[in-house]
Amino acid sequence: MPRERERSRPGAAKAPLSAVTSNDPTHPNMVIDLRRITKTYEMGEHSVYALRSVNLAVERGDFLAIMGASGSGKSTLMNIIGCLDVPTTGRFFLDGVDVATLDEDQLAIARNHKIGFIFQSFNLIPRTSVLDNVELPMAYAGMKQAKRTERAKAALALVGLSDRSRHLPSELSGGQQQRAAIARAIATSPALLLADEPTGNLDSQSTAEVLDIFEQMHRDGRTIVLITHEDDVAARAKRVIRLRDGEIISDTRHDTGGWTRPASPDALAEAAVAR
Amino acid sequence: MNAYQLFRLAVRGVNANKLRSALTILGILIGVASVVVLVAVGNGSAIAVKKQFEGLGTNSITVFTGGFGGGRGGARSQSIVMTMKDVEALESKEYAATIKNVVPIVNAPSVTATFGDASTTPDQFQGTTPEIQTASSYRAEEGRFFNADELKNRQRVALIGKTVQTNLFGEGESAVGQRVKFNRIEYEIIGVLATKGTTGTRDEDNVVLAPWTAVRDTLAGGTSISQIKVEATSAKATTDAQTLVTNVIASRNGKDPNATNKGFQVLNASALIASSTSTSKTLTVLLGAVAAISLLVGGIGIMNIMLVTVTERTREIGIRKAVGAPKAAILGQFLMESMVLGAIGGVVGVAIGLIGSRFRIVGVAPVVSYPSVVVAFIVSVAVSLFFGFYPANRAASLRPIDALRHE
Repeated sequence: MPRERERSRPGAAKAPLSAVTSNDPTHPNMVIDLRRITKTYEMGEHSVYALRSVNLAVERGDFLAIMGASGSGKSTLMNIIGCLDVPTTGRFFLDGVDVATLDEDQLAIARNHKIGFIFQSFNLIPRTSVLDNVELPMAYAGMKQAKRTERAKAALALVGLSDRSRHLPSELSGGQQQRAAIARAIATSPALLLADEPTGNLDSQSTAEVLDIFEQMHRDGRTIVLITHEDDVAARAKRVIRLRDGEIISDTRHDTGGWTRPASPDALAEAAVAR
Repeated sequence: MNAYQLFRLAVRGVNANKLRSALTILGILIGVASVVVLVAVGNGSAIAVKKQFEGLGTNSITVFTGGFGGGRGGARSQSIVMTMKDVEALESKEYAATIKNVVPIVNAPSVTATFGDASTTPDQFQGTTPEIQTASSYRAEEGRFFNADELKNRQRVALIGKTVQTNLFGEGESAVGQRVKFNRIEYEIIGVLATKGTTGTRDEDNVVLAPWTAVRDTLAGGTSISQIKVEATSAKATTDAQTLVTNVIASRNGKDPNATNKGFQVLNASALIASSTSTSKTLTVLLGAVAAISLLVGGIGIMNIMLVTVTERTREIGIRKAVGAPKAAILGQFLMESMVLGAIGGVVGVAIGLIGSRFRIVGVAPVVSYPSVVVAFIVSVAVSLFFGFYPANRAASLRPIDALRHE
């Protein structure tokens, strides 16, 4: 499918903010709408499929876990959803915006306004106070100092780090760093929280704390996409999809809580591998 | 992100690795300081040379007997002999439009001055007229100059320079009214000349001036005149006056005015100043160019270190991009950082340059040229911007996904 570049919409470059508002009225309630997304990497002569025609829609307020072994394409999927990478073919609507129409700076604005990233390795900026880290996305959004400090403090209070705002990341434990990263992600009130193995580097107690925060966020109505390979982490989500070889092999919803094993034989095999 | 926030980020970046930043700054600092000092040295030597020639009197022309080259022997044989007749010829009314004063100078060779037990041999003992005051910028600081009557009446009065005063009477002792013997002939000291300082190797204060009539009576003998100083009516007229003087003296002595060796030379202080100024300008430019090269090297140092910084902080750049930093913000952050390095180097370099310019360097008292200070500072910032652009652009062009993956 040919990509629509922003050339078709004059004035886009001059008014990048307007470009990241919805231009897809047909899916008003979908935060993520992936349509036949394919990603290939050129490896010399032949190309490798990281994603094969993935269709996925995530509603506002959903709590989704993406599972899969390494090499299953879940990182590629996360990069595409996070506007860090672009699909080879297919269309991706983020909060109603066709991402293919955005240029580099507009993608940056989309990430800034619509996505809160939470990484496995926390990715706080070193030698920069927790408060400044949390303020960072709002600073790039051009928000006034007083307002962003206020919002950053509110976000830190939400994750229970109010007393650590003047500390440097290096002075915090792993769990605290991840909570600071969550505060940074939620401070902008993004449409989507995108967490890539958020508990991968944490001990069990910190993991529990962080997951509790995610559940709290979910109850507050935020949309969360969480990438993990741990069953007990995925179990906290309301919907679980599994990837293998770049394809979705199962999509399970369990709003009642508790992990129900999907029925398909493929998924059974996958679950066995994951364990 | 506004400029102030970028500036804070930049300062934090510079602070993060103090030793490395200091060494980078040192490169620019040396460049800026050497521009300031070397241009000041060039400038100082130009001013010294100019002063030396200005001692001759800016509107004045000097006629010497003898010629260029050939040494004493060769030139002497062809040298003309100037007399008061030449002076009178130049004083003719028809040249009044260009020539204001004609001042003969009779040099008395190797005169020893004695006062009590003290004795000294001045570099120059010159018999002249009162008009030498304007023609050669002499001034009686103490006492007075001799006047036309004293000249006419062959009075044995003299003015001495500061060095002669010190040698004969000691520091600060009054010389006016004292009677000094020059080669056993007594003169009354009527004044002390204001100091002219040292020009090159010659001490301009080791001099005695007296009426030429008296000098000829007592110390010089003969009828020849060593030099004629001609003062033009204005600075503009000096070139005309030079031509005129050359023609008059040549025709009176049967010489071709255009010959290279005509037995006399006519020196024009303005022309000498002009040529020496252009020489010293060349010197200043050369010195400045050498210094500019070191500034350039400093700039390359900034580029080098900024490339290291960008590589080291690739992950940070990835994080910033992931949370929505536009390209311009990343570019601005790293440009600002290299500019901060350059500006610190510029400020400290200017300070050190100004301090360095207070000392004599290879016998020259440097004179700071303030435009060069401003230019050196601006260039240091410009150089850091220029050399910072490539690393900053490299940082800004990183793909967030690659930058985040960087370990």
